[in-house]
Amino acid sequence: MAARTLVNVPPKAKRGEVIQIRTLISHAMENGFRHDNMGKPIPRDIITSFVCSYNGETIFDATLHPAVSANPFLTFHTVATESGTIDFKWIGDNGFSQEASAKITVE
Amino acid sequence: MNRRLVAAGVAGLLAISAAVAAALAAEIPLDQRRSSYEDMSPGNKAMQDDDTANPAVLFVLDGEALWNAKAGASGKSCADCHGDAATSMKGVAARYPAFDNALRRPVDLEQRINISREQNQKAAPFAFESKEMLALSTYIATQSRGEPISQFDDPRLRPFIEKGRAIFHQRQGQLNLSCAQCHDDNWGKSLAGNIIPQAHPTGYPIYRLEWQNLGSLQRRLRNCMTGIRAEPYPFGAPEYVDLELFLMWRARGMPMETPGVRP
Amino acid sequence: MLDKLFGARPTRRIFLAGAASLMIVRPAAATPQAMAAAIRQVAGEAEIKPGKIKLDLPPLVENGNSVATTVKVESPMTATDYVKAIHISTEKNPQPNVISVKLGPRSGKAEFQTRIRLADTQQVVAICEMSDGTFWSDKVDVILTLSACLEDPV
Repeated sequence: MAARTLVNVPPKAKRGEVIQIRTLISHAMENGFRHDNMGKPIPRDIITSFVCSYNGETIFDATLHPAVSANPFLTFHTVATESGTIDFKWIGDNGFSQEASAKITVE
Repeated sequence: MNRRLVAAGVAGLLAISAAVAAALAAEIPLDQRRSSYEDMSPGNKAMQDDDTANPAVLFVLDGEALWNAKAGASGKSCADCHGDAATSMKGVAARYPAFDNALRRPVDLEQRINISREQNQKAAPFAFESKEMLALSTYIATQSRGEPISQFDDPRLRPFIEKGRAIFHQRQGQLNLSCAQCHDDNWGKSLAGNIIPQAHPTGYPIYRLEWQNLGSLQRRLRNCMTGIRAEPYPFGAPEYVDLELFLMWRARGMPMETPGVRP
Repeated sequence: MLDKLFGARPTRRIFLAGAASLMIVRPAAATPQAMAAAIRQVAGEAEIKPGKIKLDLPPLVENGNSVATTVKVESPMTATDYVKAIHISTEKNPQPNVISVKLGPRSGKAEFQTRIRLADTQQVVAICEMSDGTFWSDKVDVILTLSACLEDPV
């Protein structure tokens, strides 16, 4: 099942304006340090990378470790340069991969 | 002496002492009630207030998808009968647990969802605390955000509210504590670095930071019981529904906050 | 008697004893030295000066599972003067690294927010690397409180 994502990009911005982008993704971020009821270690299963690109160019690149909370929340900024698509990609352990995108109109 | 007379006398005495015991634990005056939202740090309050940052919203979105998904032998979705949830479900969670005519007792929202699934959609019920049940019940409950909790004045509910009240006042577990002793008598005081809440279920299902997940009121109640080292009732036990009903009645008039965030 | 129960200041040990497996188990590697080593790996031999970067964390945390964290760096974020990267580390988590973020002139503002896990009362450090090769840091001491009523897993 695809991981639920919630991305917030202002739909319109003025050229040169600095906008804030907010992202949230559903993921347990199993840190690899827990044990189950039987004492067996629960293996690590986290998102390790988050990359945001704006019309193909990377504008934000994060490397995540187990200390990032479950359901990772990340907000950051970028300059509204031109209209187009903002793409988001999360990659993680066990082949995890999730994408999302949003359109922006820049006047 | 006439045995019936003795039995009646004893029953009378027990009823009086139960009432006295209940009255001794001071109920919170209606105008002094506050949600545990008020006790949270600014960062956690901000998490709850912002729909772009509240992790529970991820579940609400999943719930919306479930609301619209065809299910079971009927091939019907919730939307097929109930239409737009924002209209049809507005205020519903605020008046649950509600009396079910067939079962002749109250049921909570999760049970109501499963009754609909089985009887109307001819679909398998969702398991307690499953991702699907949490998503759908949170989506439905979110439609009551801001609505005042019901006065629960359906007379058929009265005996069950009283059962719930009795559980609330009953000392339990190895720590021999009743809910009332913390949540009626000592709310607002510190217990090991946390502030004791009044325990109003205004935000359920909640995203609890302790769980790093969304969870139901029943999950929280089970954890309360474990916390006082009592054996929790089994999942789906009527005691939970009676207690949930009492807690919602105790919170009557307070606004719903679902989906809440709590530490 | 209840007053004694609520007035007492029980140590975390009393609550940790018999706790369910949900508690993070701390392996021996979690130390301030491990954090220092992790920071050296990022900054090499460069001098790290306090300043320019601001790490925003609540000083008292209700629950270590999800702590709102904001990092800001004063920088014009132009093509010749910008923040290249920001790293957050902790001294007592099982592993020192938390998150590393690469920025650039297109960022407009050197600021990001996230939510992190803190295993214990400890110091959290944020380092930034500037386009001119300099490194700057900020640190915050955080006190963690533990849930009053420990739970079993569902």
